[in-house]
Amino acid sequence: MEVFEIILLLFLIVCAIAVSFSKNLLTTIIIFMSYSLIMSIIWILLKSPDLAITEAAVGAGVTSVLFFVTLKKIRAMKEEDNDEQA
Amino acid sequence: MSKLNPNYEASKWRKIERFVNGEEISDNPNLSKHEEEIREASQEDKERNEQFEATITDLEDRIQKERKRSIEALYRKYEKWPQTKGIKIFTHIYRILAVLFCVCIISVLLMTVSYLPTFGDASNPNNNEVPKRYIEKGIEETGAINFVAGMILDYRAFDTLGESHVLFIAACCVLILLRIDHSKNGKKPTEKAEAEEDDRKFEPKNDKILQKIASLLIPPIIIYGIYVVLNGHLSPGGGFSGGAIIGAGLILYLNAFGYEKIEKFFTYKTYQRITVGALLFYACAKSYSFYTGANHLESGIPKGIPGNILSSGLILPLNVAVGLVVACTMYGFYTLFRKGGM
Repeated sequence: MEVFEIILLLFLIVCAIAVSFSKNLLTTIIIFMSYSLIMSIIWILLKSPDLAITEAAVGAGVTSVLFFVTLKKIRAMKEEDNDEQA
Repeated sequence: MSKLNPNYEASKWRKIERFVNGEEISDNPNLSKHEEEIREASQEDKERNEQFEATITDLEDRIQKERKRSIEALYRKYEKWPQTKGIKIFTHIYRILAVLFCVCIISVLLMTVSYLPTFGDASNPNNNEVPKRYIEKGIEETGAINFVAGMILDYRAFDTLGESHVLFIAACCVLILLRIDHSKNGKKPTEKAEAEEDDRKFEPKNDKILQKIASLLIPPIIIYGIYVVLNGHLSPGGGFSGGAIIGAGLILYLNAFGYEKIEKFFTYKTYQRITVGALLFYACAKSYSFYTGANHLESGIPKGIPGNILSSGLILPLNVAVGLVVACTMYGFYTLFRKGGM
């Protein structure tokens, strides 16, 4: 179990660094989503399942959807639009 | 014609005439010649002076123009400086300072970590009489099996009231910033508003895969959310998590089926009514602790048997209220961010 936790924590660190170093905003948000998912697993391991539920719903779900919408609103996802029209 | 004395100019008569006329009398006729010479000379001088002055003013003008030009060039140089060299220097300093700042914060945080008590130690400062009381008397006093729900909705219900108001205020702020007024008052719709409208008109893109999967997924998601909210006092979860799950389900429904279908049961009006009603209910249910001095454990509602769904007094309705507020806020955030309106 400890090995699993260490792997998860390492993944967290990698995610946190990757978010700040990736140039594409879309991938940044997806990495952020995976960060939240790992975090919710860690919450379960730390025996706080209510926080895990909240983290999965808010952190991985609603927050990243809001980020996507914001990206679309500030027209940072133009490639996506072109793909849709084509 | 009368005869003119050829020497008339030098004659006495002429002298008298000049005297009567008040002209200057000069005995010496050469003098007037001199005078004329002097006059000519002075006129020449004047002319020269004028020329000289003209050249001087010309030179001064030139000097001033030159000065202006040089000052303007200097200004231009310094105006351009921040655009050309300044940005480079600024980004350089910015990077260095950012790295320094990060290193400082990381070192401070690592230092603090080394001072933290070991995880799960019995003598930790958080193992004091408060959690002891919660664990020993929690079920008896609140009737909730889930201690967390008992804590946040009974012992500390007043804090949770503030938290749900924070959500409400956040939604209000987003509403103020992003809402697009659809009542146009006869004005021509701007290009931007038209584009938004356009997006809304072709909203249900009728993506078959998305709609199929959404129709499979949305009922379980919303039922699970309702379960988490209603079971908040018995199992992990509660108003906030359940509300977030329901909100996510609503967002998925909106994405799959569009505004037209969701407006059959969820419009801006229902949002207003649900949020304000839930917050008012919460405030009415718990604001009496203002008068009891935050001593609000005795609500007068029977606690019931711990473990039953209808137990633990006010926690269940409060959970429902918080869940409604959170679900509406999540959905409202999404719609406001997306199209500036529900």
